[in-house]
Amino acid sequence: MVPCPAALRRARRQEQLVSKRLLREDGAAQEGAQDGADVVPDPLSEDEVLELLRGVQRGSEDRKRWLGRLRWALQNEETQQKFVRLDGSIRTLTGLFTSSLAELQLEAARCLHELSHSSVPAVAEACLPVTSYLLTYLSGHSLELTELCLYTLGNLIVESEAVRKQLLPQGIIPVLASCIQSPHEAVLEGVGYVLSQLLQAKEAPTEIIPLVLDSALPQHMLQLVCSGLRAAMGAAVEFAWCLHYIICRHKDNELLLALGAVPTLTSLLLDLAAQIPQDASEGLELLVCPVLRCLSNLLAQTGCQGQDGRLLIAVFLILQCFLQQHPFLIHECLWLLNNLTADDPSFCSALLSLDLLPALLQLLTCSQMGTVLVLTVLCNMAEKGQFQCQQLLQQPLLAQLLPLLTLPDPEAVGQCLELLHLLFLHCPEVRAQGAGL
Amino acid sequence: MLPLPPGLRLLLREGLPPLPQHPPSPPAPRPTPPFTFAPRRLQLGPQHPLFEDGDVHRHLYLQGVLTSLEEVAERPKVSEFSCHISGCSQVFDTLESYEHHYNTLHRNVCSFCKRSFPSGNLLDIHILEWHDSLFQIMAEKQNMYQCLVEGCTEKFRSSKDRKDHLVTVHLYPADFRFDRPKKVKSGSKHTSSHVEQGTSVPMDVSVEMAEQSQVNPMETGPEESMEISQPAASPSPSLPEKRLYKSRIPSTICFGQGATRGFKGPRKKV
Repeated sequence: MVPCPAALRRARRQEQLVSKRLLREDGAAQEGAQDGADVVPDPLSEDEVLELLRGVQRGSEDRKRWLGRLRWALQNEETQQKFVRLDGSIRTLTGLFTSSLAELQLEAARCLHELSHSSVPAVAEACLPVTSYLLTYLSGHSLELTELCLYTLGNLIVESEAVRKQLLPQGIIPVLASCIQSPHEAVLEGVGYVLSQLLQAKEAPTEIIPLVLDSALPQHMLQLVCSGLRAAMGAAVEFAWCLHYIICRHKDNELLLALGAVPTLTSLLLDLAAQIPQDASEGLELLVCPVLRCLSNLLAQTGCQGQDGRLLIAVFLILQCFLQQHPFLIHECLWLLNNLTADDPSFCSALLSLDLLPALLQLLTCSQMGTVLVLTVLCNMAEKGQFQCQQLLQQPLLAQLLPLLTLPDPEAVGQCLELLHLLFLHCPEVRAQGAGL
Repeated sequence: MLPLPPGLRLLLREGLPPLPQHPPSPPAPRPTPPFTFAPRRLQLGPQHPLFEDGDVHRHLYLQGVLTSLEEVAERPKVSEFSCHISGCSQVFDTLESYEHHYNTLHRNVCSFCKRSFPSGNLLDIHILEWHDSLFQIMAEKQNMYQCLVEGCTEKFRSSKDRKDHLVTVHLYPADFRFDRPKKVKSGSKHTSSHVEQGTSVPMDVSVEMAEQSQVNPMETGPEESMEISQPAASPSPSLPEKRLYKSRIPSTICFGQGATRGFKGPRKKV
């Protein structure tokens, strides 16, 4: 299981979790790299950086080598900052990037990509003059260049509001709407990445999401999310997260609902659950997680009834599959369960008839948040009436509930009391049992 | 392990059997204080604590800390081969490098003046505005210069008006490289501020009637000494092309195995 460092959680709580993607060649001839790709170069002095720039500016035969050296040096954040402060540095890179010298163009693009990875906003902003060209080359045919441009754009977008403010009028949305029709997986995954960064911007609800919903992007996104099981898993993952970012930020998702998002995502979840082996296949959770979130939020927003009962089965199969490796999915599944059972008596009944209650009860003690969620689902069921309560009580429920009353978490205790109240309300004969325990 | 009943996967595939109908309950009484529970569907916003762990997991995936979804294929080397365009002597040992070379130098190339463009769209616009005499005639009567930005349908009376639009509305740089105004003056040499792609020898001077681009026999290629080798650099035109000719390959065709390649190697942790 991948450890979840407390520092990352804290960063996420403070909305400072900045994710970037880095394309970097492994084993490319890198000057100074001794034992392989994991060596990050030391920072260069101002003079050394200047020497690199001059080497690149000279129209000599070994210009490519100078560019390669520059690219390697730019892996260091301090060097990045020194480089962009040099007069003419970005202009030089831009000139090479837009030339028709194929090899130099690619090297220059890689240099820009390294710069995009900087965690210093000033470096991202130094790249402002390049954005129109990055967009231009997205309509080109060179896959490698297109991919580089996409990830560079995505990185710049997440780092700087100034970059986003420029890219929107420069037409990034229509360009992405074209690129999403590419048959190439690598390009699609890159498009998904760019979009996922755009959609997480703080101004996304007002400035970006409306533009995206207005374009042809949503229907392609839905399609690509669903094709993940057959091919292009990487792209499916990106677009699933994109849909999540839209749905959870947008007040009402009429357009996505009209495009059939609920049945589409339901069908996908059923397929996913049917295909997962007993032991989790690595990477599938990256797709399952956002799909669960999308479906759950959409159901909450529509209040629509009559969902496919097989969703219950799918949720429990997913729970079983990912319990060990990726326990974070437990919360997501339980939340969906709540939304399925809250106001739908048939789902509550199905949970009982399909004999899924023992599994649910096992999750009562999985985590603090999990306890509250399981109790809430049980309350949903108990609230439906006497019959459901009697069914619930056929399990050793009380014996499992009463210890929860001593938990330090007030929310869990409160929810437990609510459940007990509902059980006693509909099945008064049980009160004596409860007193006896 | 969860204690799940057997046969669930079968039910998933074949659908649920008709489930027993439970007796309808009387309407639930309103909760009496201090008990307040009422079932409700929950909508969660982007920063909800429930999403925390999943978001961190996603972050770790992007940063390359988790295993990738697919095995990244190494770029196979093939034995050296050369570009098949006549006059181009470039040699390659990987399909990717050839693909990039081809796309940069040969794909969207104007057959009149040999300039190459990043995309088919820009090439089309160039041919229209530089090499189509009918365009010039129509431009006198109506706005013909179209905006270069995808999705923008504006058209303008002149190249300059279009540039102003690009700069003010679309925040394009004033010296955007792929929007050079057509040169009108004769005898003008390329200065370093007029950077053109490829050679600038129009194949057929007689096609341009209104505005002549200067045929400068001294210019065979390199602009601001950045070009090392340019194909088809001969100053003497062969058969002049009278009709519009574009060298185009459908975008679904690609060389090599660009499609399945995700990343070129293990991703770096930041």
